[in-house]
Amino acid sequence: MEILVCVRRVPDTSENEIELNSAGNDIERDDLVYSVNEADNYAVEEALQIVGKVGGNVTVVTVGGEDDEEVLRREMAMGAKCGILISDEAFNGSDGKGIAAILKAYVQKNHYDLILTGVQAEDAAAQVGGMLAAMLDYPFASLVNSIEVLESAKLKIGREIAGGNQEINEIDLPCVLSIQTGINEPRYVGMKGIRQVASVPIPTLGASDLGVDAAAVGEAAARVKRVDYFVPALGKGAEILKGSREKNIDRLIELLKAKGGLQ
Amino acid sequence: MARIFAYIEHKGGVPDDSAMELVSAAKTINAAAAPTAVLTGWGADLDAVSTTLCASYGEVWKIASEALAYPNAELVRKALVKVIPEGSIVLIPHAHFGVDLGPGLSIKLNSPFVSDVLGIEGVEGGWLKVVRQEFGGQANAHVRCDISSGVVISIRPGAFKPVESAPAGGHIVGKLSEVGAFEAGRRYLETIVPESGDVDITKRQVLVSIGRGIQEKDNVGIAQDLADALGAAVSCSRPVVDAKWLEKSRQVGSSGQTVKPKVYLACGISGSFQHLAGLKGNPFIVAINKNPKAPIFQVADVGIVDDILEFLPELTDKIREQ
Repeated sequence: MEILVCVRRVPDTSENEIELNSAGNDIERDDLVYSVNEADNYAVEEALQIVGKVGGNVTVVTVGGEDDEEVLRREMAMGAKCGILISDEAFNGSDGKGIAAILKAYVQKNHYDLILTGVQAEDAAAQVGGMLAAMLDYPFASLVNSIEVLESAKLKIGREIAGGNQEINEIDLPCVLSIQTGINEPRYVGMKGIRQVASVPIPTLGASDLGVDAAAVGEAAARVKRVDYFVPALGKGAEILKGSREKNIDRLIELLKAKGGLQ
Repeated sequence: MARIFAYIEHKGGVPDDSAMELVSAAKTINAAAAPTAVLTGWGADLDAVSTTLCASYGEVWKIASEALAYPNAELVRKALVKVIPEGSIVLIPHAHFGVDLGPGLSIKLNSPFVSDVLGIEGVEGGWLKVVRQEFGGQANAHVRCDISSGVVISIRPGAFKPVESAPAGGHIVGKLSEVGAFEAGRRYLETIVPESGDVDITKRQVLVSIGRGIQEKDNVGIAQDLADALGAAVSCSRPVVDAKWLEKSRQVGSSGQTVKPKVYLACGISGSFQHLAGLKGNPFIVAINKNPKAPIFQVADVGIVDDILEFLPELTDKIREQ
């Protein structure tokens, strides 16, 4: 099975405290730690496990710039055979639909049985996979938390729905699935693994390579645009205990007694 | 202003809470709006929901087919594209079904898509300004969207409070005849309900709940020690289950369990809306997190900025001395 996994390099929220910049219109981007989007990493692991069982190859692709090569290399160190960087100035400022249109052009020039994305990235939009599927007229399923390959070009998939329940579906290939975190245990990637793929060439493809109409993507075509970031007006907020740790513990125990947390 | 449609989720003959919230959201886009409900399904359940909706919506568009008895997003999308005019504003709830439906629907209606919207600030020059959250709730963003060719917007559950209004006196319009054959590349098979775990967190009065801040599996014992000292149970947020440090049955949130404790100690939990959606009954919330900007501090009653790996063992020792 030929599997394409769409990945993205994002600020790592487990490593960063996100703050506004001094102008108050963007987050502070100096000193941010970036890594591969968490759900995308699960998607790559799932793809690798599928080809481990039924054969085939995993390709990772990202739309971005030079800096994004590092996440492709990381996923190649996990076992993805090819990495593709899609990069062009004309793509800058694309909205979700623009990114989906770029990926569609790439997919149509190649052949994949299965396309995976992470369920969502740092902007929590959860949109590119579903858009790409609709553009290609492929079936789609979101929040996928199990995949079983069936005979005759079909998969049996589980989706995470409310209350911890799992919705089981059969889906025809080719299809697009957005992968939920927790579907598997992504393998560890060490420095050695990254060094081993350091010299593998990563092709860079632009608008003309893909036959993307530059007017249909990028800033000018975007109909959804982020204006700024801001800190939400707080509700009443927590009463923050500001004493020493010892004093805070004493106060907390008093509160727990008063509220029925400690008999 | 374009016509506004609200896609209604329902179960067991009862509309989802979002049905009323979408009316409120529609009125923030256009105070004079009389949104039209559109829903799919089959049988007596669908009829009952449609009748209920007439109290809140002027028109209720019903697409009744046995093929839609279980909501399959691909079939629902194909039906909606047939009945909803291009250029419309379409509101859908941002939950597991909306995540399946929304992006593809926007492509097929040739309109833009904005997901997980929690605030709407109004329309200016054909662009709608909305509020979203990014970075796990650590930052809010204003987003502008060109709605001149319509738009699909998914609305965060609970973000728009239902408003009391006079009965809409709506009427039901059957729309099945406008929809063609039902064929999808994806077919629903069954729903699997997880086995309950060794501890039922939904029945406990006090929960010591851990998040990513617990850092590794070996540290879960720190929370268990505190829970033992308090006579409480250990629950958790999603990253702890993703990492396989605790069973799924311990997860609090929209994709896990809904709990109603008296006291909830959120330890190293950032406080995403999906997590908070599983916390009901207005418990006394204590947040302990080393990140002073963690969203959990906005909803907690008491907050302590500290490292749980150091704070919790000292708290446990002190409680044992009592």
